[in-house]
Amino acid sequence: MNGARILLADRRLLAAALALAVVLVLVLVGPWFSPYACDEIDFAGDWSAPPSASGAHWFGTDSLGRDLFVRTLCGGRLSLLVGLVSTLVSLAVGVAWGALAGYRGGRLDQTMMRVVDVLYALPFMFFVIVLMVLFSRHLLLIFIAIGAVNWLDMARVARGQTLALRQREFVAAARLSGLDDLQIVRRHIVPNLAGLVVIYAALTLPQVILIESFLSFLGLGVQEPATSWGALVNDGAREMESAPWSLLFPAGFLTTTLLLLNVIAERLRAALERPGR
Amino acid sequence: MIAFALRRLLSAVPTLFVLVTLAFFLMRAAPGGPFDGERTLPPQIEAALAAEYHLDEPLWRQYLRYLGGLARGDLGPSFQYEGYRVGELIAAALPASLSLGAGALLLALVAGGAIGIVCARRPDGALDRVLGTLALLGVSVPNYVVAPLLVLLFAIGLGWLPAGGWRPGTLADMLLPTVALALPQIAYVARLLRGSLIEALAAPYVRTARAKGLPERTIVFRHALRPALLPVISHLGPAAAGLITGSVVVEQVFNIPGLGRYFVQAALNRDYTLVLGVVLLYGTLIVALNFVVDLLYGALDPRLRPA
Repeated sequence: MNGARILLADRRLLAAALALAVVLVLVLVGPWFSPYACDEIDFAGDWSAPPSASGAHWFGTDSLGRDLFVRTLCGGRLSLLVGLVSTLVSLAVGVAWGALAGYRGGRLDQTMMRVVDVLYALPFMFFVIVLMVLFSRHLLLIFIAIGAVNWLDMARVARGQTLALRQREFVAAARLSGLDDLQIVRRHIVPNLAGLVVIYAALTLPQVILIESFLSFLGLGVQEPATSWGALVNDGAREMESAPWSLLFPAGFLTTTLLLLNVIAERLRAALERPGR
Repeated sequence: MIAFALRRLLSAVPTLFVLVTLAFFLMRAAPGGPFDGERTLPPQIEAALAAEYHLDEPLWRQYLRYLGGLARGDLGPSFQYEGYRVGELIAAALPASLSLGAGALLLALVAGGAIGIVCARRPDGALDRVLGTLALLGVSVPNYVVAPLLVLLFAIGLGWLPAGGWRPGTLADMLLPTVALALPQIAYVARLLRGSLIEALAAPYVRTARAKGLPERTIVFRHALRPALLPVISHLGPAAAGLITGSVVVEQVFNIPGLGRYFVQAALNRDYTLVLGVVLLYGTLIVALNFVVDLLYGALDPRLRPA
């Protein structure tokens, strides 16, 4: 399956991918071109200065006098970083779990999938909240906590696909040539799950960004002076009566990114599930 | 049917057991205790407090004690609110959360269902495209963005509705939080139902119904909708989980004295028993809903009825 060809064949997918690229570049490169640092307070300016196109602060400033433009971009860096790493964590765990269960089958499969079923029924968001509150709010813990919540779907899908792959000739060939189960799973099953993994990565990414910003909104995620889109929306919601822009800019960035990611995931799924590929 | 229901009910027991155990030991594994305050207490008082709440016992004893209490329907004493049982505290906060959650679930099903049906009747029509885009937007905008935006627009900007507070039974107070909580789920239900209804409307039995000359209304509502509802029904469990999570944020934004806000406060205060109680309640709720889903499945589609 040729990635570039899928991209070019679907105009909406292409448009969403390009728009997302613009957001990415803005978030990654933007802060370097700003005269302000992410946590720098502009003592010359007002508190909660309104946004102005000609003035120093394009998006205005927050209640402490920090430039909101650069803070929004910095927050984006963190939100996207958490999203990316947590997605990788959940994919790694989910694929390994699902592929192993599906390939071995039998008792092991039943036990492993029963574990997934039980975990499904738990209110996991609350475990994440408890984790975040009880242990220090370290960035690494955010990655792990979110990744730990999100691997269940991936495990189920990977298992289903593995069950089908197991019947294929190349797996039998690998077994005949003397590879052990783990080698077969690693070298022959997992690479064949790649297409599926891409779709689920695209689906997981917005979910994960959502969870991080949810935690940060509650004040349980990233800690000052670092920031993320969720934390900025939370700050903005508190100031919205006097400074609505401090809510609208971060909320706009967060929503746009989530929307673009959802569009991309949906179009990718449509492209890969299309019959006769 | 009854045997099936009983079997399903029994299989919920290990799930709840895992939930209690996981939550219990997670809370105890954390550094810091419920009585760590600004000032350090004299050792005698600390010992007396620990003895009062059985914190001086070995962990497995505490765990068994908790399970024993649960079996008698007692969630234990709250560590932060002196003299209160966790059960009382939860009972006090539950009505607000429950009416908010139930209202949002109902709204999500009714509004989402209506949008889904309208879209599925003419797929790729103008209305479908507009509503489909809105639904995609709705899925992408989280509760904690919707809630402040609604306040900004309807409470601060237009001044039509109160920005927060919760007087039981007051519709004006309930409107904004319910909509804020329901909006992502409305979009989700709409997308689910649209997809499954389009599929159902293309099925052979619908063609037969058309050939019989049945009115379109009967075809959609009596023949196609029933099987098309299955994915929506199975989404009820995740939807409830989403609403519960969302209610934490919505209750915070609108200043509603409900369980969600309680939960975050209790976790921050390390009120072990209160956190455990709330997690347990939410877990039971989700398990119960999944049980109802299983039963509804059989009711909606005879092929799925257990033999």
